[in-house]
Amino acid sequence: MVALSEFAPIGAMLLLAIVVGLLLLFISRILGPNKPTERKSAPYESGMKPIGPGTRRLPVRFYLIAVLFILFDIEVIFFLPWAVVFRKLGLFALVEMFIFIIILLVGYFYAWRKGALEWE
Amino acid sequence: MVGCISDLSACLIDAGIGPGLAGFLETLVGTLIVTLLPLTLVIILVWIERKYSARVQDRVGPNRVGPFGLLQPAADAVKMITKEDITPAGADRIVYNIAPILSALSVILIWAVIPFSPVHIGVDLSIGVLYFFAVGSVGALAVMLGGWSSNNKYALLGAFRVVAQLISYEVPNILAALMPVMIAGTLSMQGLVHAQAGMWFAISLPLSALLFFISSIAEVGRTPFDLLEAESEIVAGFNIEYSGMKFGLFMAGEFLHVLTIAILTAVIFFGGWLGPGVQEVPALGWLWLAIKSTILYLLALHMRSTLPRVRIDQLMSFNWKFLVPLSLVNIIVVAFLFKLVQELGLTPAADETTNIIANLPQTFILLLGNLAIIGGVLVYLRGLGREQRLANEMAAAVDEDVEHHPHHDEEVAAAAVAD
Repeated sequence: MVALSEFAPIGAMLLLAIVVGLLLLFISRILGPNKPTERKSAPYESGMKPIGPGTRRLPVRFYLIAVLFILFDIEVIFFLPWAVVFRKLGLFALVEMFIFIIILLVGYFYAWRKGALEWE
Repeated sequence: MVGCISDLSACLIDAGIGPGLAGFLETLVGTLIVTLLPLTLVIILVWIERKYSARVQDRVGPNRVGPFGLLQPAADAVKMITKEDITPAGADRIVYNIAPILSALSVILIWAVIPFSPVHIGVDLSIGVLYFFAVGSVGALAVMLGGWSSNNKYALLGAFRVVAQLISYEVPNILAALMPVMIAGTLSMQGLVHAQAGMWFAISLPLSALLFFISSIAEVGRTPFDLLEAESEIVAGFNIEYSGMKFGLFMAGEFLHVLTIAILTAVIFFGGWLGPGVQEVPALGWLWLAIKSTILYLLALHMRSTLPRVRIDQLMSFNWKFLVPLSLVNIIVVAFLFKLVQELGLTPAADETTNIIANLPQTFILLLGNLAIIGGVLVYLRGLGREQRLANEMAAAVDEDVEHHPHHDEEVAAAAVAD
C-alpha cells in the first residue's frame, strides 16, 4: 500500500529543484549581457540563412518505434507486479507469464517480418 | 554526535525538540541533502570526466585553474552564468525555458530513492524501482521539448532521435531490472539492497546486470549511443540553440545522469551500501556505495572515451533485434530456474538470507543459467559473423560493387556485443 504522504518529501524536493533551477537561470539573466540582434537570434543552420520552418513533421519511422514502444511498455507494466509477487504465486505465475510472453512474441515476430524493425 | 548521523529525529527529540517538529526538520534536512548533493557533485564530475578522457586521449586535460585544474569546473560555471542567454527567433519561449530545468530535475529526482546507507535514503518508496523509471523518462520529455521549441532543424532531428532511442532502450532497461525485483520480491530500493546481503545480484544474474548497464548507457545518451548529440552530424543535437546557463543545466543533467546510473547499477546489482562493518557503523554505507559506483562510473567514462559512435540503424537494430529478445529469453530462463530452485527447496531460509553459504546453491543455478544464455548467444553471433564474412568475401570476388547486405546490422550489433 502506497500512502500519498510517502511522496511528501519528493514534492518538497521537486519544488526545491525547480527553485534552484529558476534561481540559476535568473542569476545568469542578471549577470549576463542581453543584447539580442537579428543575426544573433536567427536559428543556427551552419551559418547559412535558415530555409523554411524549423519545426517539421516527424518521419513515419519514428511513429513506428513509438507504437512498438507502447506495445512493450504495457507489457513491462504487467511484468512489474508479476515480478513482485512471483515468490508467492508459485507455478501459476510462471505458466501464466510464459503464455503472456509467447503471445507477445507472436506480435513481435510479426512486426519483425513486416519490416517494422528495419530502419531505412 | 554519531547518533545524530544515523537517526537525526531521535537526536533532536533528545535535545528537547517536539517529535512533530523533529520529524519535519529531519525531512527538511534530508530533502536539502538529496537535492543539493547531486548539484554539488556535478562540479567534481565535470573535472573527473575531462581529466579522464584527456588521459585516455594522451592529453593533460585542464591544468591551469587551481591545482591540477581542480577549479576549472568552477571557472566554467562562472563563465556559463555570465554568458548571454539567447532565445532564438521563432522559438516557443515557455517550452524553451522549461526544458533545461526539467532535464536537470529528472535526474535530481532519482536521487530521492537512492539508498546511501541502511538508514540514509530520501524516501524508501515501496515502488522505488518504478519511480526511478518514471522519473528517468521525464528526461526524454525534456529533450523533446527543447528540440521541438528551438525552431531549429538540427535540434528537431536530435529530438526525434532522442525519442526513438530513449524509449527503445527503456524496454530492455526495465526488463533487466525486473530480475532482481523478482528474486527480492520487492520494488523498494532498500529491499533490493537487503536482498543482496547474502549474494550480489551481479554474481547470480550477470546477464541482467550487463543488459541493465548497457541500456542505461543508452538511456544517458553516452558514446557509443550518443546519437542524440552526434557533434559531427547534427552539430549538438537538441541543445544547439541553448546558451549560457540553460545549456549548463542540460550538461549538468547529463554529467549527473552518468553517475546516477552508475549508482543505480551498484544499488540494484552490486549490493549498494553493503560492505564489511556496515551493520555496526551505518555511515560506512556511503563509503562502500561510493567505491562501487565510482568503479562503474569510471567504466562508463572509459566506454565513452574508447568506443566509436554507432549509426542510427545499428542503434535501433541492436536494441530491437538483440537486446529486447535477449531480455525476454533472460526472463524466461531466470524465472524458470528460480521456480526450480524454489521447488527444490534450495532458496535460503528466511533467517539465513544474509548467509553466503545458504545462498550458494541458488546463486550457482542462476549463474549457470545465465552463462548458458551468454554462451549460446556468443556461439550464435560467431556463426553469424563467419557466415557474413564468407558471404562478403564471395560477393567481393564476384563483383566489385558489394551491395548492402540485409544482415549487416546484426553483424555490427554482434561486434558491439563482442567488444
